[in-house]
Amino acid sequence: MAEKNLLQAIHDGLAEEMRSDESVMILGEDVGRAGGVFRVTQGLQEEFGPERVLDTPLAESLIVGSAIGLSVNGMRPVAEIQFADFIPPAFDQIVNEAAKFYYRSNGAWTVPITIRAPYGVVPGGALYHSQSIEAWFCNTPGLKVVAPTFPADAKAMLKSAIRDPNPVLFLEHKRTYRLIKEDVPEDGHEVPLNKARVHREGGDITVVSYGLMLYTALEVAGKLSEELGIETEVVEPRTLYPMDRETILNSVKKTGKLLVISEANITGSVSGEIAAIVSQEAFEWLDAPVIRLGAPDVPAAAFAKPMMDFFVPSAEKIEAAMLELARY
Amino acid sequence: MTTEKTRARHETLDLEEADLKSIYRAMLVARRVDERSWILNRQGKAAFVISCQGQEAAQIGAAYNLRPGHDYLYPYYRDSGMTLLLGQTPRGQFLSLLGKKEDPNSAGRQMPGHFSSRELNIVTSSAPVGVQYPQAAGTALAFKMRGEDGVVMACGGEASTSGGDWHEAMNFSGIHDLPVIFLVENNVYAISVPSKFQVAGSIAKRAEGYGFPGHEVDGNDVLAVYEAAKEAVERARRGDGPTLIEAKTYRMTAHSSDDDDRRYREREEIEAWRLKDPIIRFEKYLFENGLLDEDEKEAMDAEIKAFVAEASDYAENAPFADPEEALDRVYAEV
Repeated sequence: MAEKNLLQAIHDGLAEEMRSDESVMILGEDVGRAGGVFRVTQGLQEEFGPERVLDTPLAESLIVGSAIGLSVNGMRPVAEIQFADFIPPAFDQIVNEAAKFYYRSNGAWTVPITIRAPYGVVPGGALYHSQSIEAWFCNTPGLKVVAPTFPADAKAMLKSAIRDPNPVLFLEHKRTYRLIKEDVPEDGHEVPLNKARVHREGGDITVVSYGLMLYTALEVAGKLSEELGIETEVVEPRTLYPMDRETILNSVKKTGKLLVISEANITGSVSGEIAAIVSQEAFEWLDAPVIRLGAPDVPAAAFAKPMMDFFVPSAEKIEAAMLELARY
Repeated sequence: MTTEKTRARHETLDLEEADLKSIYRAMLVARRVDERSWILNRQGKAAFVISCQGQEAAQIGAAYNLRPGHDYLYPYYRDSGMTLLLGQTPRGQFLSLLGKKEDPNSAGRQMPGHFSSRELNIVTSSAPVGVQYPQAAGTALAFKMRGEDGVVMACGGEASTSGGDWHEAMNFSGIHDLPVIFLVENNVYAISVPSKFQVAGSIAKRAEGYGFPGHEVDGNDVLAVYEAAKEAVERARRGDGPTLIEAKTYRMTAHSSDDDDRRYREREEIEAWRLKDPIIRFEKYLFENGLLDEDEKEAMDAEIKAFVAEASDYAENAPFADPEEALDRVYAEV
C-alpha cells in the first residue's frame, strides 16, 4: 500500500478502471496533453491515446451531452467539468437528460456516466472557481451525488461511480487535493455509493460534515476531547444524494445533538435537508436545536483573502457551535 | 415524356417498386395514425396530441436509409413517421397517446411523441428542444472509436438550431468527422413564431462554417429527401463525416392539441401548403409512373385504416399502470 493524496488517488482510480475496461474513457477541457488544470489526468493520454482521453471544445453542455450519447452506445465515459462553477451550461443535460433517461424510458435506457467536478473555496479562486454547487443537484432523483473527502474513499468511490449504471456527479474539494496523504489500497477496496462513514465515535455531540470542513471539524473534535473531555461523533455522508440517513440518525439518537457544517450557502443547502431529516425522524432524541454552519447567503467567496476567509466557517466558529451544543 | 424523366429519378436512386410502395405505405400509416389521434383527442380520450402531418416525406425519406437496431435515431417529438417506419407500431403509439401501461416509450410516464425503443436504437427523447444533438454526437463518436459503420441520425425542427446545443454538436461533429446526420425539419413554425423570426440566413449553409456539407432539400418531396439522406448516410458510413440536411416542409396542424393556430397564421397559407401535401405529391408520382392505381391505393388505405382502428381500440381497452408504479425505476440496480 502506498501513501497518496486525493489527487493521486483519483488519478489512480481512473487509470485502473481504464486498464481493466476498454469502454472507460475521459473527456473534458485540457484533460489530454496538459493532464487537466489540477493534473488529475496527467499521463493518461500518453497511456490510453487521444480518443480515450479526449480534449473537448469549451462547451459544458456538449461535454455532458456527448457523454450521455457515448454511454448509450457502449462506453463508460468520465466527463470532467473543469470547475464546478462552470457546470450550469450542462445543467439541462445532467438534470433533465442523464438523470431522467432511466425513469422516462421505464428502465430501457441507462446512462452510466460519471461527471467529475472540483468544487469549494480556494485562495485566489473568487466567485467562479470556488462554489459549492451540490445543492443544485441534490434535488434530482435519478442522479447520484457523491463527495468523498479522503483519498482511499475517493479512489474506491470513483471506481464504484464508473461501474454504476446510473449517472453520478463526483465532487472533489479542490483545496483537499494535496492536503493530506494516506494509505490508499492498490485494488479491491470497495466503497458503495450509499454509505456514510463514522470518522470518530463519541457520545456527546454529532457533527456531520464533508469536504474541507470535515478536516476542520475533526481537528476541533480532537481538541475538545483532549481539553474538555467532550466526545464528538463525526459523520461524513460521502454520498450526498441519495443520502445514508440511517448512519446519521443512529448517531443523533446516541448524542441528542447535531451540528452540520459545509461550505455551501446555508439557505436551501444539503445541510438543511440533513437538519430536516433529523428533526422529523429523531425529534424525541434531540436535546438541543440542530445547528447549521455554512457560508453566508452571498453569491460566492470573494477574491481578497480576508473576505474569503470570512466566507468559510472557521475553526473558531465551529468550536463555538460545538460548545454551545455541549452546554445543553 | 414526363414519365420517362421521373421514372429515371427513382431508378437512379436504386429504388425498386417494392421500396416505393413501402415508402408510400409508411407515409400513409403515419398520416392515418396521426388523424386517428386527433379523433381520440376530440372524443376527450387523448389528453394531448402532437402531430407529424405534413412532414411525412421528410421523415420517411430520411429514415428509409437507416438500419433499425443498428444505426441510432434521436427523434424529436413530431417524428412518429420515422419511428413507425423503423419498427414501432400504431398500437404502441396509441398506447403512448393514452398513457397506458404497455406504452413502449415510457409505460405512461411521458407525453405522446417522446419516443424510445432500446431494441430499435431509438434513444429516449424529452421536451427541452435541442438536447439530443450533443448526445447524438457522442453516440456517433462511440461508433467511430470502435471502428464500426453505424451512423446516427439526429432530428429537430428549425427552432432546435437556435440554441447552443445544436451548434456545440455541429462543431464537435465537424472536428472529429463523426458519422452523424443532422436532419432539420424546417416546418416554418415554432409554435407561433415563423421561421423568419427564428432563423437568420440559411440553416443549411451553416454547415459550411463547421466544415462539412449542408443541403437544403424540398422536404415535401420524399425522393429528394431520400436522395440527400442516402448520400449523407453513405458518407457517414464511409467515415467521411457528418452532413446537415435542411428539409423545407410545413406543419399542417396546430403545434399541438392545446394550440389554436388561428391566432397567428392565415387559413389561406395552410390551404396553399395543402396543395403540396407530400402524400398527394408522391401518390401523383406513383400514378404517373404506373406504380400505383386508384384501386390499389383504396385497398391499401382501407387496410391501413382497419388496423389503425384496431390498434386504437386495443389501446383504449388497455389498462393503466398502477399508480404506485410511479415510484419504480428511478435508479438502475447496481
